[in-house]
Parts: sequence; structure tokens; C-alpha cells
Amino acid sequence: MTRYALYLGCTVPVRGMNYEMAARLVCRRLGIELVDVEGFSCCGFPARPLNWRAGLLMAARNLALAEAQGLDVLALCSACTETLAEADYHLREDAELRAWANGELAEIGRAYDGGVRVRHFARVLYEEVGVERLREEVTVSLEGFGFASHYGCHYLKPSYLYDGFDDPENPRSLDRLIEATGAHVVRYEDEAQCCGGGVLGFDEETALLVAKQKLDHVTAAGADALVLICPFCAIMYEANQRRIEGLHETEYKLPVLYYPQILGLAMGFSLEEMGIKLNRVKPRGLIRALRGR
Amino acid sequence: MSDEIIDVGTFDPHFCDEIAAEPGGEHIRRCFSCSTCTAGCPVAGATDKYNPRRIIHMALLGMREQVLRSDFVWLCSVCYTCYERCPQDVRIPELMNGIRNIAVREGYIPRAFRLQVEKLRAHGRLYEIEDYENERRAEYGLPPIREDAEEVGWIMDRMGVKGEGG
Repeated sequence: MTRYALYLGCTVPVRGMNYEMAARLVCRRLGIELVDVEGFSCCGFPARPLNWRAGLLMAARNLALAEAQGLDVLALCSACTETLAEADYHLREDAELRAWANGELAEIGRAYDGGVRVRHFARVLYEEVGVERLREEVTVSLEGFGFASHYGCHYLKPSYLYDGFDDPENPRSLDRLIEATGAHVVRYEDEAQCCGGGVLGFDEETALLVAKQKLDHVTAAGADALVLICPFCAIMYEANQRRIEGLHETEYKLPVLYYPQILGLAMGFSLEEMGIKLNRVKPRGLIRALRGR
Repeated sequence: MSDEIIDVGTFDPHFCDEIAAEPGGEHIRRCFSCSTCTAGCPVAGATDKYNPRRIIHMALLGMREQVLRSDFVWLCSVCYTCYERCPQDVRIPELMNGIRNIAVREGYIPRAFRLQVEKLRAHGRLYEIEDYENERRAEYGLPPIREDAEEVGWIMDRMGVKGEGG
């Protein structure tokens, strides 16, 4: 059995509980043991813009907690994945920086020796479980449904952190994962577009404009839902969807689903177990097709 | 660009050295202004307020005050599209982060970021998890999470990262 430290970050446990519910159940069924590590805090992403070394130490502290338990990290949020992987990369490559960081961490009784691999949940599904195995687990095919995939930015970029497991300009992994459920992938304009989440706190108007572009393109392509793997992308496209509709006098009603939600439904889990109740824009077609399970 | 006349006498020729000394800023001098960054930038595509090529050019000219005081370094969404495409490996999101770090030391910190620091100090995370949140988590069959803010607060103090109070 594969064991990972489950790294939830800030957003998932409060605003992405449906993602967490689905990920936990799917992992259990697939034989991936997720360990909840006491003491994990924010990854350091919001501290980096103010002080890069503060962000590095926050990430290193989390890595130290996982390392103390002899576990690699499985993260649900793409920005957390990137922040932790970046810190791990620098601490591993730069002995001087590592010595400095460990000198600081020693003051709070922590140490990091560079022994933790950081993986995004979707990458673990794609690389370690594999699309074939997922297909074998599907008992309720989602054939007939068309989903648009949103990879987001930090799942793939910067690519030097990710050993080239997928092509950042022309990614495939999430599409293959979606297809494993029996559904087909709907192509749309400008698929690599960022959600805009990185500037939401600073300039909401601009951030929502960036998010709007994808909602326009996915709606025009006629997808049943947008499928993604990052809680912040979901905040932009789902939690802010009504607001974007209001600001621009338009209507999308585009369901936004976390990948493990559709995978879990295809594996026979119920709508309730997959936390569909917490999706603000109801995926009505899916609910109609799967109700009663 | 405004029509305002710029006095080159105010330029700081050492500004790009200062940026190059920041983690992530090391490659600033490699930029040859091709604009690949701006052409693929999702934020530049949505607003004229942000133009990474222009910011780098201003930095290379030594327009220190204009760059540090301006809003625009804070508009990078850190999506790394330009990072992947830059033919000169300027590492623009990390460069923007380096400039932000300098701006913060000079006292230019947008309020949104200051509020985030306050959250980190108080909760060790951006969204608090106390009894109410754990009760909601329990309703959905999720295990409780105990906040651990003390060590994060220590890191903030140690690195001199200040929030609203500072």
C-alpha cells in the first residue's frame, strides 16, 4: 500500500470540503493510505511575495513534519504543490541555503534533510495508479458526458519542478484521467489560460476578467462541466461565477467539479459521498443520471 | 505610457544589481525585450495595467522609485506561462517576486497582503479552523484540524514580516 502525508493547505479544508471528501474516499478505494499529519500549516505561498525566505521556511517546516514521519507529500492544491516542491528543490540543490534554513528551523526544534517528494494528487493518480487501473475500477460509466479540463498553472509549471511528467504547453494527464471515467473531453479555446486567482486579493476586477475568459470559452464549447484539480481555481470559476455573471450581465450556470468527484461517481460512490451538495452550481445532468445511487 | 517627461538624472544605475541580488532576480540582465512574456500573459491580456516587459525595461533603466511604488509588480498572477516561454530564462515570476520583496522592505505593501500576514500570524493559515469549522467538517465526515500558529508566527517575527500592526 502506498502511504502519503495528506497536505490540505489553507483552502481545501474550509472551502473545498467536497474535494477533500472525494479525494479521501477515492484514495482509500485505490489503496493509497493518506496520513493526517498534526501541525501542518500554510505552505508559504502568501508569504513569498513579502519575504521569500519566510515563505521558504514555512514550506520547509511543513516538509520537516512529513520527513519526521518518513512520508512523501500528496497535496490537493496546485499552489501548495508548487510552493512545497520549489522549497524542496532549492533546499536540495543549495547546500548553503539548506544549512541556513536548518539553522533557523533548529530554533523551533525542526530539521529538513531533503528527503520528501512532493506530488499533486492528480499526478499520483496518473503516474502511480495509472489510467488502466482507474478504468478497471469504473462501474458506472459517465459515457455521454463531456467535460472541459482545466489543468491550472502550478500543477504543471514551473516544469523544472516536475520532472517533465506532463507537457506544460500541451498537457494530457488530466484529459486521460477524465476519459478513464467513460466521459469525453471537450476542447475549447485557450485551454492553458490561468484562473486569475493570483491577483484576486490585489485587483478583483482584473482577476475576475481573467476568469471570465475561460467561462466564456468553456460555455461556448458546450461542456457539461469544467473539471479541475485546484481549490483556488474552483474559487475563481465556481464561487465567483455568480459575481462575474452579475458584473458582466451574462449567465453561465456552468458546473465546476473536482476531478475525484467525477472519478468517484464513476467508481460507484454516491452523490452525497462525493460532496456534490457543496457544489454551488448543481451538475443537473449528472444528478439526474445518477440519482438514487 | 504617459507623456510625462522623465528625468534620467533620477535613475538609479544600481537598481538592477539590487534586483539581481534577490532570490529569483539573478537573471534580470538577460532580458533582450522580445516581449514573449507580455504576449502570453493572461493578466496583460485582460488589462493594460500590467506589462511585464515594460516593468523589466524600467528596472533595467534604473527607474527604482517608479517600479517599487507602482501597483504593477503586484499584478503578476504567478502563472509561470512566461517562465516556460522566455528565450532568455529571465524567470519573470521569480523576478517580480524579488522586486516585491524589495518594495516590501521599502514599506510598499498592498493592504491585501498585510491582511494575509495577520491571518497567518493568528491561525498559521489563511482561513481559520476553529470549533465552527471543525463542526462543519464533522458533518461531512472529515477529521478535525488543530491550528498551529505559533511556529508560523515565529518565522514571521524572525524574518521581520509585518502585518497590519507593523
